[in-house]
Amino acid sequence: MTAPEGSSPFDEVTRQRTKEIIARYPQPRSALLPLLHLVQSVEGHVSQEGIRYCAEALDLTTAEVSAVATFYTMYKRTPCGEHLVSVCTNTLCAALGGDAIFERIAEKLGEDGKPLGHEETAGEPGTPGSITIERAECLAACDFAPVIQVNYEYFDNQTVESAEQLVDALRRGEKPAPTRGAPLTDFRTAELELAGFHPDLAASVEGPSAAPETLRGVELAAERGWAAPALPDEMPAFPALPEKS
Amino acid sequence: MTDPLTPVLTRNWRAERSWSLAAYEQAGGYRALRHALTAHPDQIIALVKDSGLRGRGGAGFPTGMKWSFIPQGPDGPGAKPKYLVVNADEGEPGTCKDIPTMMADPHSLIEGCIITCYAIRANFCAIYVRGEALHPIRRVRHAVEEAYAKGYLGKDILGSGFDLDIVVHAGAGAYICGEETALLDSLEGKRGQPRLKPPFPATSGLYASPTVVNNVETIASVPHIVAGGSEWFRSMGTEQSPGPKIYSISGHVERPGQYEAPLGITLRELLDMAGGMKDGIPLKFWTPGGSSTPLFTAEHLDVPLDFEGAAAAGSMLGTTAVQVFNETVSVPWAVMKWTEFYKHESCGKCTPCREGTYWLVQILERMVHGQGTEEDIDTMLDICDNILGRSFCALGDGATSPITSAIKYFRHEFLDLIAAQPAVARPEQLAELSGASA
Repeated sequence: MTAPEGSSPFDEVTRQRTKEIIARYPQPRSALLPLLHLVQSVEGHVSQEGIRYCAEALDLTTAEVSAVATFYTMYKRTPCGEHLVSVCTNTLCAALGGDAIFERIAEKLGEDGKPLGHEETAGEPGTPGSITIERAECLAACDFAPVIQVNYEYFDNQTVESAEQLVDALRRGEKPAPTRGAPLTDFRTAELELAGFHPDLAASVEGPSAAPETLRGVELAAERGWAAPALPDEMPAFPALPEKS
Repeated sequence: MTDPLTPVLTRNWRAERSWSLAAYEQAGGYRALRHALTAHPDQIIALVKDSGLRGRGGAGFPTGMKWSFIPQGPDGPGAKPKYLVVNADEGEPGTCKDIPTMMADPHSLIEGCIITCYAIRANFCAIYVRGEALHPIRRVRHAVEEAYAKGYLGKDILGSGFDLDIVVHAGAGAYICGEETALLDSLEGKRGQPRLKPPFPATSGLYASPTVVNNVETIASVPHIVAGGSEWFRSMGTEQSPGPKIYSISGHVERPGQYEAPLGITLRELLDMAGGMKDGIPLKFWTPGGSSTPLFTAEHLDVPLDFEGAAAAGSMLGTTAVQVFNETVSVPWAVMKWTEFYKHESCGKCTPCREGTYWLVQILERMVHGQGTEEDIDTMLDICDNILGRSFCALGDGATSPITSAIKYFRHEFLDLIAAQPAVARPEQLAELSGASA
């Protein structure tokens, strides 16, 4: 089942990273989810070859790896665009405009009057400016609804207009700044980071601590002089050791 | 009497680079760890029991009791390696508290992990963060690196003889992995499908070894309890539901966001803090703790939002994800959207949930298309009755919550929709019903 020597897309660097991922865990199979992210960082999706690669690395069958790869929505079975645009269309975001946003960008990116579908790509996958779109479930940013992610970076408080502008900029090859988070890269780099390899973590970790919405409660408390009861000056003694029963 | 808002977990979120080790230590961070390492592990478990801390991930199970179920001792099950797994797979619709916590204050989570692992005698901890949360993953990984460099992680932590390694594990997009046993299967490199309980993770968790699975907010509360003591912690909240809690307000309010209050606050108070209903359009329905908690209405403005209060009023506290919807939103439409979510996320292991959510979506979509019948309402209730309590995990139960509560409070809306036939095309109707901006 091994691919002929020289034809594998998984080079020495990837093989080294594979070893590093496996070494993180008490048991090798725990490495499978990060390994599938790693495969996507190389290929832009999980191919049959990617599945074989993971199976060999972990001594699993390809059926076992396929079963996992097809279970999770973040593993794409067809080549992804340079960017993955995820629009939350769960109830709350949808009520605030998420459905309208998805429909508008799907229309905009479609061809011959046919809107682009969920997990379909505008442009040649992987080439600059290509975009895959998807309807996403709740992205845990409900106080910023409606939200979009590009390569899993948040773009908060979107409107149909701002989403159109975002997509236009991406198509032109630009990389607009996310609302919170690191400067935009591309889908493959994001997948490499998810696998645990951050090209420059000291730089990419920067950015605001929190968005204004996140701080509303703590700022209101400061404004009104509200606080939790003061902590004792000394940390209190621990309870006595419970008696062994 | 405590103040209406009591920032504890959120207190340092405004600090410059609050996510860095320097800022965290400047605010007193890692002092609780030094204090904890002077105690016997069982004393820490006793302290957390005394504090009354209950799990912040939705179920509200007493945290100290969960820790005390981990078998200890040199022989038998106590001799196996023990694990802490942090559930950071935040995805319950409406829930958005753990991601800001990891963004703004990852070190409180790391310090909580170290203290917890010391208490339960675990030397390996995995933080399972949903994959879509890329920047929080960077923040937590960076915090872990800083903690290693400072000697808070690794071998012989602060000269205590205690060793701990933490791995930050990215998920891959599956709501079900927020369920603790599905999360464990996923962390073992499998499909995220729930396990039959018992055995519980405390005896047979990760790699069939004793495992504690706790939510981010639960673990981040631990250093504060060590620093303040159980009496201090209990000075907030209620007897049965003590402590501060992050309430996430979203939807049709003027100032959505995170508001940390003592458990037991009401929606009336929260709405007041959040600037009231957006544009003054009246409240129609809301969830107290995510879409899996039965809906409340304007009748429930004064229900105390603690574990007992929410339950007594017919819902659940859940994750205190307060999603607020105004009168422009159609209840059948909202329920349809949620049900589509549960159908998509059902892992397929248990027939009642897999098939039931599929049928419910068909009925609801037909209704919203303008092709429902009165009989459909009873059919849905019947299907819900056949899902509730008949699957391994709570996903199926959660799927029934919006439907049964919506029919309880808003049956007339389903009937009106049926009466308003003939059919209209779905997208147009959706836009009209949801009040979505064009």
